[in-house]
Amino acid sequence: MRLYEITGGPISLDNVMARVVNPARGGVTLFAGTVRGITGEAETDYLEYEAYPEMAEASFASIAGEAKQRWPDIAEVAVVHRVGRLEVGDVAIVIAVAASHRRDTFDACHYIIDRIKEVSPIWKKEVSPGGALWIEGPESKL
Amino acid sequence: MQVKLRAFAAIRDSLGFGEKHVELPDGARVEALLQHLHTLHPAAGLPERHFSIAVNRSFVPRDHVLNDGDEVALIPPVSGG
Repeated sequence: MRLYEITGGPISLDNVMARVVNPARGGVTLFAGTVRGITGEAETDYLEYEAYPEMAEASFASIAGEAKQRWPDIAEVAVVHRVGRLEVGDVAIVIAVAASHRRDTFDACHYIIDRIKEVSPIWKKEVSPGGALWIEGPESKL
Repeated sequence: MQVKLRAFAAIRDSLGFGEKHVELPDGARVEALLQHLHTLHPAAGLPERHFSIAVNRSFVPRDHVLNDGDEVALIPPVSGG
């Protein structure tokens, strides 16, 4: 199974977790990012995600490498991001971080989602009653 | 020489295409490609926009020298996750 993937279909948490578990790994932290329908006062009907798939998948691998270097006990990482039209409540991204013990899997998972928001070539267009707008992420470092 | 240009999100919408082959003189730099695009698509407003450049899926500066067959991507600020 691929560890780093851009997909056009729904993401199953069990499926992403299965990519990192094995008998030597007793701790897995999962992060799921879902489509928010209300941000402050603003309402969102749905999102359209787009990626530069080959580069996004390579960036997931490279960010996972950074995390493993920083937390050497991390055994494996999987990242799956969905593209296309996503409705409110749909899962846009799942990250799974596995190690022999739970320690460090939380910090590594947090680090990975933050870095993805900074550098991975993925974009969302927000479609709301007022129109459609490409979002330039406040955390983008590009 | 020929490079493959790819554009994404807001920049793709402004240019009106996501992928295109572009002919450039040998040894052209990224900035020459951007100038060429601006001449062909002035309404896209490229000089006023903020975006990064990736060549063959690695980020490069504007003075990077291009080679035949390179894949050049225009990458606006990202918003994944």
